[in-house]
This record gives sequence, C-alpha cells and structure tokens, in this order.
Amino acid sequence: MKLVTAVVQPFTLHHVREALEHLAVLGMTITEAKGYGRQKGHTEIYRGSEYDVDLIPKIKIEVVVPDELADKVLDAVAAAARTGRIGDGKVWVTAVEHVVRVRTGERGADAV
Amino acid sequence: MVNTGDTAWVLASAALVMLMTPGLAFFYGGMVRSKSVLNMLMMNFICLGVVGVLWALFGYSWAFGDDAFGGLVGNGEFAGLANTIGHFVGVGSDSAPWPGGDALPALSFVMFQLMFAIITPALISGAIADRTKFWAWTLFVAGWVTLCYFPVAHWVFAFDGFTGADNVGGWIANTLKAEDFAGGTAVHINAGAAGLALAIVLGKRKGWPRERMRPHSLPFVLLGASLLWFGWYGFNAGSALGSSDLAAVAFTNTTLATCTAVLGWLVVEQIRDGRPTTLGAASGAVAGLVAITPACGYVDPMGALAIGVIAGAVCALAVGLKYRFGFDDSLDVVGVHLVGGIIGTLLIGFFGDNSVNSAALGDNGLFYGGGAIQLGRQALAAGAVLLYSFVIATVLGLIIKSTIGFRVAEEDEVTGVDETEHAETGYDYSSLGGGSGIAHANAPTRVDAP
Repeated sequence: MKLVTAVVQPFTLHHVREALEHLAVLGMTITEAKGYGRQKGHTEIYRGSEYDVDLIPKIKIEVVVPDELADKVLDAVAAAARTGRIGDGKVWVTAVEHVVRVRTGERGADAV
Repeated sequence: MVNTGDTAWVLASAALVMLMTPGLAFFYGGMVRSKSVLNMLMMNFICLGVVGVLWALFGYSWAFGDDAFGGLVGNGEFAGLANTIGHFVGVGSDSAPWPGGDALPALSFVMFQLMFAIITPALISGAIADRTKFWAWTLFVAGWVTLCYFPVAHWVFAFDGFTGADNVGGWIANTLKAEDFAGGTAVHINAGAAGLALAIVLGKRKGWPRERMRPHSLPFVLLGASLLWFGWYGFNAGSALGSSDLAAVAFTNTTLATCTAVLGWLVVEQIRDGRPTTLGAASGAVAGLVAITPACGYVDPMGALAIGVIAGAVCALAVGLKYRFGFDDSLDVVGVHLVGGIIGTLLIGFFGDNSVNSAALGDNGLFYGGGAIQLGRQALAAGAVLLYSFVIATVLGLIIKSTIGFRVAEEDEVTGVDETEHAETGYDYSSLGGGSGIAHANAPTRVDAP
C-alpha cells in the first residue's frame, strides 16, 4: 500500500476529490495547512503599515491506496490541482507498512 | 419646571452613550491579536464598573459642584449624590427664575455625564494594548478620573448657574470662553494625551515595530465603529441637553462630518497604499466623530462637512507618527483621538458660527467674520488640557510602574494576556478535547450486582 500526500491550493480540493472518485478511491483525509515555497506570501496593509503574510493557507490531502493504484492517483491529483501558476503545491508517495480498519479489525489491502 | 421632552431625550442619550463603551471595546478588541482580545474588552468594560462608583461618591460633585480650590474642581455639595433627588438642573433667565422652563431632573444629568466619565478613560486603553496588568490598569483608571477627568470636566462642562442658581462653573467654559460642545478637549484631547503618556511609560510591546501586529478581527472593528457612531448621537446631540433645534443641528453635523471623514481617510489610503481598507473606513468614521464632537453645536452643516474631511485625511496621515517617534501607541489613540480632538477644537476657531447656537459664549470663527480671537481661546483650552492630562497620566503611570508594576512579565506577554491575566481564551472553534457524547464500544459499563 502507498500513502499519497498532496499539499495543494485550497480551491482545487473539489477537483481533486472528483478525480479521486473517478478512480474509485473511496476515502480521503484533508487538513488545513499553512506553508510557503516559491510562491512567497502577500502583503496586507493596516492603517498604512505593511504586514507581510508569508505562511499561505493550503490543503493537505492524504489518501492510502493499493500499490497498483498509486501512480494513477498521483497523476490524477497532480492534474486536478494544477493551475499552472506558482503555488500549485506538491504531491508525493510513500510506502505504508500496515493498515487496520478500526471498526472491523480488517488488515492490509482489505482495510483500505 | 421639569421639561418632559428634554428629560426623555437626555435619559435616552445617556443610554446611547453607555453603549459607546462596549462599542469601543469591540472597535479596539478587533484590532489586537486574538491572544489579548478579552483583556482589551475587559480594560474597557471595567471602566463601567469603577467610574460609576466614583462618580456617585464624589466624581459628579467634583465635576459639577460650585467652584472650589481656586476653580480646580467643584466642591462636595453633591457628594454621595446628595441634593440630587427631587432637585433640578437648568438655566434661569430674567423672565423665568432658575432652573428655568427647560429644567431636567438632576439625576438625568448625573447619569448622562457619568457615561462621558466612563468612556474617556476607556479610550486610553488602546494605547497600551497587549501588555498591561489588569488591576494596575483599573487602579490607573480610578486615579486618572479622580485627578484628571473630574477636574477637566469641571473646567469644560460646568457652566455658571447650571447645577445651582449661584453655582460658579469651570474656567475654560465661562472665563476663557473656549467652545467645546461635547468633549473635544475634556474627552478626546484628555484621553489622547494620557494615552501618549502611558504608551511612553509602559514602553513598546515585545517585537514592535519590527514585528507588525495584525488586527485579528476586522468585522469586530467595523461593528465597534458602527456602535460608536450610533451611540455618538447621544454624546453629541444629547449634549444639547434638550429636544431642541440645537440637538437636531448637532445630530446633523455629527452625521455629515463622519460621512466626509470616512471618505477623507479612504482617499488618503487609495493614494498612499493603493487600497481602501475596512480598518481605514472604521478609523475614518471615528476620526470624524471625534473631530465634530467639540464643534457639532457651534458650526453649520457645511462647516461639519469640511471638519470631517480634514479630520479623516489628517488622522489617516497622523497614525504613522508613532513609527517616526518610536512610541507604541498600539491602537492609535494619539493619531485618532488626540489629533482628531485638536483638529475639531481648533477648527471651531475657523468655522464657529454663533447663528447656529444662541447660547454660545464665544465669538464667531475666522471664516465667519470673528477674527482670530476664538482660535486663540480654542488653542489655549486644547493646550491646557493636553498638558495637564499628560503630566497627571505620566506621574500616575510612573507611580504604578514603580510600586505594583504596570506591565506583565515578558513571557506572559508572549503567551498572551488573556490566558495569564484572566485565565480565559477568547475563541475555541475546535471540536477537539470536548466530551463527545458518543458511546465508546469498549467503555466499561455498569456492572449489575449479582
């Protein structure tokens, strides 16, 4: 099994979710995250004094999938989250050793 | 005889002005960081508690009693609110003996003026946000209203023969004949100068100005500014102390000056920063309200439009002064209240028009054929209040600083004064950590006795 993690622009979440549903990926976990990369931040102005916001809101998506699906999910997420502008984010895949479904106690691929 | 219409308006106005202090709390509260929002609200709210008590015990009497101590304060004739129930205030005339046909129950005036005494120290709190010990602040409020607000209110607001047929009032109103309809000097310059003093006495917040401190809730700021604008009708139009033409003039001028001040501030922002901001609109409204406060009963509506736009534009520029001079007046009490108060007080010397107010003691302003004499009086009144308040606040602040301490420890400031001073948190939108109420599959269940 693989864990696909994506940090993307918040407004692309809907597209990513649709893309995953097409691949019959039935679940996902998202976290509201903040970070910076090459996008840098933006400047806000309060009573004439500038305030640099360098941590920008992002959405972190985590999905555990069977090995054979990992590449497709990676590509689907990357395509769905892409706007072509700086700040689109990253997607990466890591190996997962064990998974247990809490309710039933199923293990491994059955639990995903 | 008591005038029921006037009494109704003054009582309603007192309630309107009361609402300004919580309104100010939200105006300020939205501007601080989320870790000190409760402390900011509390620094304002406690003024309602403390000043109300002092006002009843001796404050009203010091402000509105017959001249005592060479005119520094009023005497003790109304201490403990003696001689108020069943008594009246008003102005007599040759045809109608005191208190005249427009008399108010004394207590309606006591309550109306109390609300001014409450909001004035509350205004100061914005200068020392995020870093103040709560009880030290409370002590300062008690000391400052006693030594500074009650005397200055006497100088500015106590008119000869108003609270008693033979009562002598304060020197700024009656001897100098400077004009201050609702408190440009006694409220705004007074509070602004004290705010400057405390910002210097307490020192900068940790990290300021290198680290810019972003307002945590601009909707609160705009909500607070709106409540202030609403309550300000009691402040200004209520200061006519009657349901009169003058009250309607003050109401109109208050509205018009605030309109142009919003526009003035936003135009400055658009030119300087390239964006009109919510904080700028709220600040502009308050700057306009501050500036029209002394003038609203002495100028005509076109004068009010001019005063508002000048105040909005100048205050928008004045809030940058603290960076140049290096004092952390955190929420711009100086830039808005001191500068706005001075603008309004001085502009009476230009726009003052006695045809608006038949009871005006001063002369017409420069633009209305009165020469410079009134401008001189206005400047003297503004300067006297500024200097007196600055000195009293500095001395009082230094005494508190060197005894019980005025400022929280540095680590408490970093943690946030809400937690360290009040043991509370302003916001908890997280669902984590609460009792879920969902039965846990393996939770131990009650074991019935065999």
